[in-house]
This record gives sequence, C-alpha cells and structure tokens, in this order.
Amino acid sequence: MQLTGAEIVIRCLQEEKVEHVFGYPGGSVLFIYDEFFKQDQIKHILVRHEQAAVHAADAYSRSSNKIGVCLVTSGPGVTNAVTGIATAYMDSIPMVVLTGQVPTQYIGQDAFQEADTVGITRPCVKHNFLVKDVKDLAVTIKKAFYLAKTGRPGPVLVDIPKDITAQKCDFHYPKTVSMRSYNPVVKGHTGQIKKAVQLLLEAKRPMIYTGGGVILSDAGDKLTKLTRQLGYPITQTLMGLGAYPATDKQFLGMLGMHGTYEANMAMQECDVLLAVGARFDDRVIGNPEHFGRNIRKIIHIDIDPSSISKRVKVDVPIVGNVPDVLDEILKQIEATGGKPEAKPLAVWWKQIEEWRGINCLKYKMDKDIIQPQYVIEKLYEVTGGDAFVTSDVGQHQMFAAQYYKFDKPRRWINSGGLGTMGFGLPAAMGVRFANPKAQIACVTGEASIQMCIQELSTCKQFRLPVKIINLNNGYLGMVRQWQQMFHGNRYAESYVDALPDFVKLAEAYGHVGIKVEKPDDVEPALREAFVKHKNELVFLDFIINPEANVFPMVAAGKGLSEMILAEDL
Amino acid sequence: MRHIISILIENEAGALSRVSGLFSARGYNIESLTVAPTEDPSLSRMTIVSVGSEDIIEQITKQLNKLIDIVKVVDLSESAHVERELMLVKVRATGKDREEMKRVADIFRGHIVDVTESSYVIELTGNTSKLDSFLKAIDTSLILETVRTGVCGIGRGDRILKV
Repeated sequence: MQLTGAEIVIRCLQEEKVEHVFGYPGGSVLFIYDEFFKQDQIKHILVRHEQAAVHAADAYSRSSNKIGVCLVTSGPGVTNAVTGIATAYMDSIPMVVLTGQVPTQYIGQDAFQEADTVGITRPCVKHNFLVKDVKDLAVTIKKAFYLAKTGRPGPVLVDIPKDITAQKCDFHYPKTVSMRSYNPVVKGHTGQIKKAVQLLLEAKRPMIYTGGGVILSDAGDKLTKLTRQLGYPITQTLMGLGAYPATDKQFLGMLGMHGTYEANMAMQECDVLLAVGARFDDRVIGNPEHFGRNIRKIIHIDIDPSSISKRVKVDVPIVGNVPDVLDEILKQIEATGGKPEAKPLAVWWKQIEEWRGINCLKYKMDKDIIQPQYVIEKLYEVTGGDAFVTSDVGQHQMFAAQYYKFDKPRRWINSGGLGTMGFGLPAAMGVRFANPKAQIACVTGEASIQMCIQELSTCKQFRLPVKIINLNNGYLGMVRQWQQMFHGNRYAESYVDALPDFVKLAEAYGHVGIKVEKPDDVEPALREAFVKHKNELVFLDFIINPEANVFPMVAAGKGLSEMILAEDL
Repeated sequence: MRHIISILIENEAGALSRVSGLFSARGYNIESLTVAPTEDPSLSRMTIVSVGSEDIIEQITKQLNKLIDIVKVVDLSESAHVERELMLVKVRATGKDREEMKRVADIFRGHIVDVTESSYVIELTGNTSKLDSFLKAIDTSLILETVRTGVCGIGRGDRILKV
C-alpha cells in the first residue's frame, strides 16, 4: 500500500515504539500534524517554544532509556531548537529531531521560513539528513534512531521538505540497518583489559573517576559491583552522579571546579586512576599541566576514541562499551583471583578520611536568612532522596549537585556540557512523561527560570505536578560570585532588577505559588508542596542569602588541588 | 609536522562541508584539500594536508573517523607514499623571455599547453616543493596567473585504501 510521506513519518515512529513527541506545528509540518490528528497511539506534547520541545525530549531520554523525539517546523522552528540540540550534543544524549523544510523546489530560494537546517545544525548533531526522495524517508528515520542510540549517543536530525510529506510511495520499515561507514566498537581489547586489571590490583593509592558515559550506557550496577569488590574510593563528574550510590562510604562526592576537597585531592594524589565514561574536561581536572605534575597511571575506558588522550595522556586506553568492558574486568579479576593489597589501601583510606574530615561542604546557618544549601538538604529529606531533580545553570545547579545525594542513575538531569540556562523546567516536563509517577523537582534560580518560563503553560495543559525550587538571590549568582572573586566586586549586569512576583506569576498560569523567606518555613513549605499539593505544580520562591557562594572552588586555569574553601574568604 | 591524510567518504551532498566544518570548528589547520569521486561513484577520495603536532594529528584522525559519512581515514605520511600536485602557470612570453621560459619548463619537465603571441600556459606536476622551486626559478614579474590543485597522494606497494 502506498502511504504519503507524512503517514510514513507516523508509521516509523510507531514502529520505533515512540509514545511521546514534543513539538510545535508550523507551515512545513502541517501534513505531519494532520497525521498526528488522525491517530492516538503517539501523544503529541505541545510546548510553548521550540527550545522547550528539544529540552523536554532530551530529558525524556536522560531520565529513561527511551529515545526522546521532537518535531519542529522549518526556519525559526529550527533556529529556536538549536540551543536544545547543542545541549543534547554536548552531553551525548540520544535524541531524534524531526524538522520541517520548505518544499524541495524552493530550497535555496530564500523562501518564507527557509533556513539551511542541515548547515546550521551540522556542528551540534551526531549526524543529520536532508530527505530528498520520499522513498528514502523510512530508511533515513531508521538510521536516525540507530545512530542516536548506538556508539557514543547523540542527537540526530532529519530534515523533511514539505513536498516529501505529501508524496506517496510503498512503505517498508527496515528491521535493521547497517552503514559501511559506521561500526562502533563494543568489546574492549582483551590485552588492554588485562593490563588494566594488573595495574588496578597493584595500585597503592587507587582512584575511580566516572562520568556521564556510565549513566548513558546503564552501567551503574556493574560499576558499583567493581568498586565495592575492590574497595577503592570513587568520585563522579557532574554528569556521572547517581551511577554509584552517593550515600555509600566509598563515594567521595563530585569532583572538579566545585567538587569536594577529598575527591579533588584523591584525584591529584592517586597512583592509579581508572577513568570510566568521562572525558577529563576543563571543569573536571582544571589545568591539565598541573594535573600532570603528579605521576600516576591512567586507565581510560570510553566508547569514543577521540575522548581518549585528548586533554590528558593515558597509559591504558580501552575503547569499548562501558558495561561490556567492566564485565570483562570483573571476569578477569575473578579468573586471576587477585586482590588489592590491604595495607597500602588502608593507609590511603586513612589519608582520604583526613581530607574528608575538613568537611568542605559545611556552611553557616542563619536564623533569619535562608541558605541555599539548606533548601537542598531539606529537599533531599522531604523527597526521601528519591526525586528526579532537574536543574538550570549556575549556583543552584552546583548546590543541587553537592547537597542532593543521588543514589540512582538518571535521577539528576542537568545541562553539564553546554551549560544552558532555561533547561530545567522543560526538562522536568520531559522527565514526567518518561516517568509518569515520579516526584520531580526543578531546582532553578530567578534568572534561569525566566529563560523558559512560558512552559508553565504547557505544565498546566498537561497537568504536570513539577515542584519548582526557585533559589531566588536576586543575582545571576554564579556570575556575581566570579565578579566578587575575580573582578574586584564589580557586579556588572549581574543584578536581576524588576523581578516578577513569582507567586502571582504561578497563579496567573493556574498553578500554586508559595513565597518562603524564613529558614524555619523551608521544610513546611516543601512538605506543603510535595504532600498537600502532590498533584499540582507548585512554584516555591525561596528568598535566599543574596551573596551565598559555592565552595569549594577551583578557579579557572588552576590546578585541581588548589581549591578555595569557604573559610578562606 | 606536515601530514597527508587520505579519506574515503560517502559521495553525498554536504559530505565535504562536514569535513571542512570539523577543521574550522576545532581550529585545525588545512594546507590543501582535494576531493573527487573514485572509480566507485558512491565514494569520494579526499586528501588533506595539515600541519600539527602528533597529538593534534591523532585528534584529527580520530575526529574524522567519528564523522558518520567517513568510511576510512589513513595518514599517508606515516609510511612510504607518492604525492603529486598539478599546477597551471600562465606567464608572459615575449622576446627573449619566450625561449627562456620554454627552457625552464623543459628542465622541470613541464608542458606548454596553451600558446598565444604573448603568453604560455605551463602545466607542471610534482610534489609541492618542486612546484615551489619552479616558481622561484622563473622571473616572478612574468607570472600572470597560477592555479594549483593541492596535493593528492597514494601509498606505495601493498598499502591500499579501499572499502
């Protein structure tokens, strides 16, 4: 039977078992929307801005192992989506972006709502396609899903001209697809793994450092098993939180620019470092030359060869899928019957406990002013540590990462690589659709939340009971912190004047708004939001200490062990 | 160091821009780039000459391999290879310069492929330094126009770049 291109798009999505598509209609995608109208298997989520559609689809992927899908129209639809696509790309999030394009014969004529979508998005997608023949449509969509989720995942975009969606051809959805130019490695090199096992077992001051790759490949269980078996300390990047339970004794907290003292010191001082699904980026290891001053052997497991030896030279590179490689490591350890030497390990742990004793995350409570750290600690208690937490970008993001202890993977949803303000609220929407019963907190600030505030309307339409934790300090907090520390207290444009009354704003959208100004009211307000208003969106506007800073801090360009602690200032 | 990177890439619209975009986005240097379809029309062969430290060249080859359209990447300069570049030079050829220009072209084993009363077009192939030397050997004030293809290269003997 012959189907139109638009029907083919819907059929392909059904074949891929897609349940939700986040999108916004427009001229070029009208035929596709017409087909959405005629079916009820796939639910379309209408957002209020294309950026939000992409963030929601992205968080849908992050919080589950399904693939988020979004659909936007040509021209401005696409350009609005670019921030979302780049966000997903930087964090290697699998996602399929379908975009409308002007009819084939108009391409290149500066037609109404025309943009060079493939050109604009090329540097921020894993791959993109322009469909020029309706006969290629089904196989192209199949390739898009295949590419998005295999190898190092990432967003894949399919640009579909309007005339293609009206033309007809036979529909056949391929079961599998293979591309001669794309063969991602799965299994790690056995010889390299053997070397790695030997190094690991001989280590005197071992350290495990893991990133988003462990979450993306669902390797948390295997990582936990290996870490416990070895008894080694472990730290995680911002993107890796939750892969190993944060409440466990072996966990040293997050590392990096705002990492814990113990995690950063152990990274610097270790003699064998096992890096898993992480990429030694500038926010994680600081200055690579300073990092290289300490001699250590580095084992690096990653599915992407280009992540290995990019910023830091490694001794044992292992290219492969993280769970497969961890499996092999566990197997080989078992086969050799080897165990780490207890004595040096005990000495190492003693040193780590000393570092831990500094208690770098302590902060001064105040009777009258709410401290942001306190809000996160209470959020953790009230939600039983079991919420999905999305965040925007800035101080609140770091506080959430430091003080909410994530015991499970895929619970911490934030824009780590690109650092996109405006991510948190649409991300919370995506999380909700992928996890319809979950409690969801969006930790944000009064500046970030305003970058996608219009989504309060989407939340109303779909009755999404997200709890917005607005840490309102009246500043672009992280910008202000840098200006205070590195720019002589000159707060250039970092004060957010003329803020709206967020309670009234929430109410105007049909939600519940609560303003909280006293430390004693923090917990009751959270309980009210999560218990009394369980099924409603609640906007909690916490008026916090305006000049609270995030510590510890490694200044940009400094070494990992050159931390500034709260008491230093 | 100078490296010659050979690439087999799907012969599809936009494939070249993926490669050139990668170089500009990551700040890698391109000295020359040539591309044309192979005997299998579904594939193009690209030759890129780039200069960089070993680390940078390693990153370039890894990043190129990551592009979905790229089938194979080889650093030709890692072992024995042949490299050639073609140049067309239009020179003023009048009076005594006419004979002299012909003589120099012969020495460099160039061919004169177009002749007018006042000019020659000389075709020259060779490696980059040979072409450079030719331009140095003739009187620069006589050069009217030059065009070069950029380097293309192939491995010697058993080294074959094929799908």
